[in-house]
Amino acid sequence: MTPPRFLNRWLLFAVAVGVIAAFMDQDYYYTLLNFIGIHTLLVVGLNLLLGYAGQISLGHAAFFGLGAYTSGILTATCGVDPWLALVAGLAVSGLAAFLIGIPALKLRGYYLGMATLGFGIIIYIILNEADGLTGGPSGLSGIPSLSLAGLAFNTPRRLYLLIWIILGIILAMSANLVNSRTGRAIRALHDGEAAAESLGVDTFRLKLKIFVWSALYASLAGSLYAHTLNFVAPSSFGFMFSIKLVTMVVLGGMASIWGSLLGAGTLTVLPELLTVFHDFEMVIFGAILMVVMIFLPRGLVRGILDLCESRRYKRQGGRISF
Amino acid sequence: MEIFAPLLQYLISGLTNGAIYALIALGFGIIYNATTIINFAQGEMVMLGALCAISIYHLAPSLPLAFAGAVVLVTCVGLIFERLALSPVKDPTPIALIIITVGGAVLIKGVAMLLWGKEAYNLPPFSGDAPIHLGPATILPQNLWVLGITAIAVAALEAFFRLTLVGKAMRACAYNTRAARLVGIAAGRMVQLSFGISAALGAGAGILIAPLTLGVYDMGTMLGLKGFSAAIIGGLGSMAGGVLGGLVLGVAEALATGFISSGYRDAVAFLLLLLVLFLRPQGLTGGRK
Amino acid sequence: MKTKAILVGVILALAGLGLICLGCGGAKKTEPYVVGGIFSISGPASYLGEPERNSMEMVAEAVNAQGGINGRPLKLVIYDDEGDVTKARLHATKLAQDKDCLAVIGPSLTHTSMATLEITQKAKLPLISCAAGIGITVPAKERVWVFKTAQTDQMAVDRIYQYLQKANLQQVAILTVSTGFGVSGKEQLLALASKYGIQVVAQEVFGEKDTDMTPQLTKLRGTPAQAVICWGTGPAPALVAKNMKQLGLTLPLIQSHGVASKKFIELAGDAGDGIILPAGKLAVWQQLPDTDPQKAVCKEYAEKYQAKFKAPESSFGGYAYDAIRMLNQALAKAGSDREKIRGELEGLKNFVGISGIFNMSPEDHNGLSPAAFVMVKIQKGGFQLID
Repeated sequence: MTPPRFLNRWLLFAVAVGVIAAFMDQDYYYTLLNFIGIHTLLVVGLNLLLGYAGQISLGHAAFFGLGAYTSGILTATCGVDPWLALVAGLAVSGLAAFLIGIPALKLRGYYLGMATLGFGIIIYIILNEADGLTGGPSGLSGIPSLSLAGLAFNTPRRLYLLIWIILGIILAMSANLVNSRTGRAIRALHDGEAAAESLGVDTFRLKLKIFVWSALYASLAGSLYAHTLNFVAPSSFGFMFSIKLVTMVVLGGMASIWGSLLGAGTLTVLPELLTVFHDFEMVIFGAILMVVMIFLPRGLVRGILDLCESRRYKRQGGRISF
Repeated sequence: MEIFAPLLQYLISGLTNGAIYALIALGFGIIYNATTIINFAQGEMVMLGALCAISIYHLAPSLPLAFAGAVVLVTCVGLIFERLALSPVKDPTPIALIIITVGGAVLIKGVAMLLWGKEAYNLPPFSGDAPIHLGPATILPQNLWVLGITAIAVAALEAFFRLTLVGKAMRACAYNTRAARLVGIAAGRMVQLSFGISAALGAGAGILIAPLTLGVYDMGTMLGLKGFSAAIIGGLGSMAGGVLGGLVLGVAEALATGFISSGYRDAVAFLLLLLVLFLRPQGLTGGRK
Repeated sequence: MKTKAILVGVILALAGLGLICLGCGGAKKTEPYVVGGIFSISGPASYLGEPERNSMEMVAEAVNAQGGINGRPLKLVIYDDEGDVTKARLHATKLAQDKDCLAVIGPSLTHTSMATLEITQKAKLPLISCAAGIGITVPAKERVWVFKTAQTDQMAVDRIYQYLQKANLQQVAILTVSTGFGVSGKEQLLALASKYGIQVVAQEVFGEKDTDMTPQLTKLRGTPAQAVICWGTGPAPALVAKNMKQLGLTLPLIQSHGVASKKFIELAGDAGDGIILPAGKLAVWQQLPDTDPQKAVCKEYAEKYQAKFKAPESSFGGYAYDAIRMLNQALAKAGSDREKIRGELEGLKNFVGISGIFNMSPEDHNGLSPAAFVMVKIQKGGFQLID
């Protein structure tokens, strides 16, 4: 990973985003790209937690929902400035993650999975039941668009620029984080908590930090989602969406920043492309989770590369080890 | 008296649901003991049990036949699931296993939706639906069936694990797989057996509850999660814990609906789970390890 | 190596997108009238979306077989939102950017409709929703481009309370499902009670997937309720009926129009006998007097639907059936001008549909009155018209 290459990737990302914004004029594709961007934000955050730190969350949709609803309620009901509401959303989600993380992250494996799942379901039920505040199952409408210096992000194209610039910054931040000293500590955590501890890593604080961090990503995605749709309903934040996010992480590749983009992109675009998908969607999701995790545990791209490489080694009569 | 009359009715409702949760919790526990895997697809076995029984009943209207047929079919599904999905895993970390079994659950649910459609189906109760008066409360014959068969299943399992050679071998594997292998126990066979038994338990739970709740393709997810919550609340891997956890969860839900708010009924169940996880992760009975 | 592979992937994906964009500007042939449809064809609400899509296609086929409208065929572009607001939004955007698309029918649910109308309003594209929520078309002054054909819950509540008044029952307990349908029902039940001198003495809720409502019903036993009103869809309301029988609660049970289907009667079994509910006239069209103008429309729809799809007709399909028929009438007069189509829809009077007789106005974009519902009773495995 030499510096020029590293630069190249970001350059290409910026150029691609810019070229699309300059030459495409189809609202539908912008809307699709906007949802891909929002999903990628969520998946990068979850990937930090799941792929890098090795801590599972089966309730990540809750933080997405907290961000979306804090933004929605503050702007639509209380008339607060959308940017301020976004920050408030970050505060609410971050605090929730901090408070739930302190007891939950002492748990491991299944217990942690179950705790986050329980938390996710409780938040979902509250969004549904507290209809005085959240508008209940029919949703909350009248959420204004974000605007900056008089420019309202109220068309898919403008939203696209906003979302993908934010996404670029977040991706760069995340890449920085995982390549930093903290990032190495995080990976040590994944490989073995006791070993990491013995190397002087305060594993609990680190886990909590990553957990809050990924909740902040989710909350940011939630606020952007609320201001993109101008409407939110609890059904977007249920248990199945949490599972969908995990599927995106697994498909794109655990512990891969760019894989997150691939995972989120594939699972957002695929149902749009395949009209036969609908009733088979559940079957396909389930199969993806199982097959990828069993045969390509390192994700789609890396898994296929691994397979090719192992074939080549075999042909050359060499020995392989993963 | 004013409090007592509804309380008894809540208890009947809570214990019936609790017994079903207990059966599912036991299924989780048996697999966990043999493999330290949590099989998130356990709830879908409940759904499959209910829907298979309903289908068999439509072909040949005999309840014993439907019960037996469905249990056999679902046991096969459980065995196949273990063969296809779990035995090929090279690196069985908890995260990988959670994702695989959750994927399995979603897959089974999706296939069931394609096979049976999204409609709910009726299964007739085992012995009529004339309510029996019990003081100020009423109870259905089906509630008694649920409680009775659960009690019998628990007793039979206990006897199996304590008294039979195979049962003892499974327990040996649960304590120490390597040592069990050394004394000549086929650990792989025991793992398969555990998947078979827990699939059968799940199917039984589904058939028992179908006459009360109808059978529909998406009934398994929530039941599975509640069953797992029950297993954790009681103490994962402990037989008594699973039963206790199921009953506590069922009764807590019924009381919460009755005395607090019906809208937050599921929230109360999961809040209880979080409290146990945070304050006493080994569960009420201490569980295993 | 890996980095490169990812780069190649991203570039390919972008190139693919670009190609799709190019493909969109295809040439037109016979200048058909393009009408969009967004329904929950799969997913948990497919019981709504499937008959809606079928009905819409059935009408379009018949129209095209007779030479179309003004000699131009009807072209349908139908999408499935799976009950998901994100997907509904994507499809709405796709339809809104299609300059040829003249109007959109659907979505099937209140929340997907709310997400869709944000887009269609901005694009000045007429939308005829098939969902019940009153907030979709109210206030009509703001929702200029939005209409709906499904009866509003308020009308069902009106009919129920009128019935209760006649039966001299003043104290009711309500039991509602915690979905959009149930919450809207609860709001209306509470809001209209005083108007009819009715007192809601207890209110309970249950989950869509709940399997045991005896605790809620046990609570009702201690109240002075003279009747129970249950508001829900799917299997849960059938369980409420069964649980009431189990508890020996002999109060009259009134259900909502959400269960006006043969399936409900089947699920509730013996426990269903004697349940009273408001239903669209389609459920009992055979029993309507011949003087009722809706009888002929319902008969035609029911017979054609059964013949074509070998499945029982449903009032949900009727929402889309009414929508496409009123749109056809508007298209015949207005041609391919969105603004004029909107005007025609708003001026629609005495339109006889499945769900009632529509009289639209600038203040009312639903155009139905409580007369759209009749009260029916479940007897001997069928619906009996009682009022």
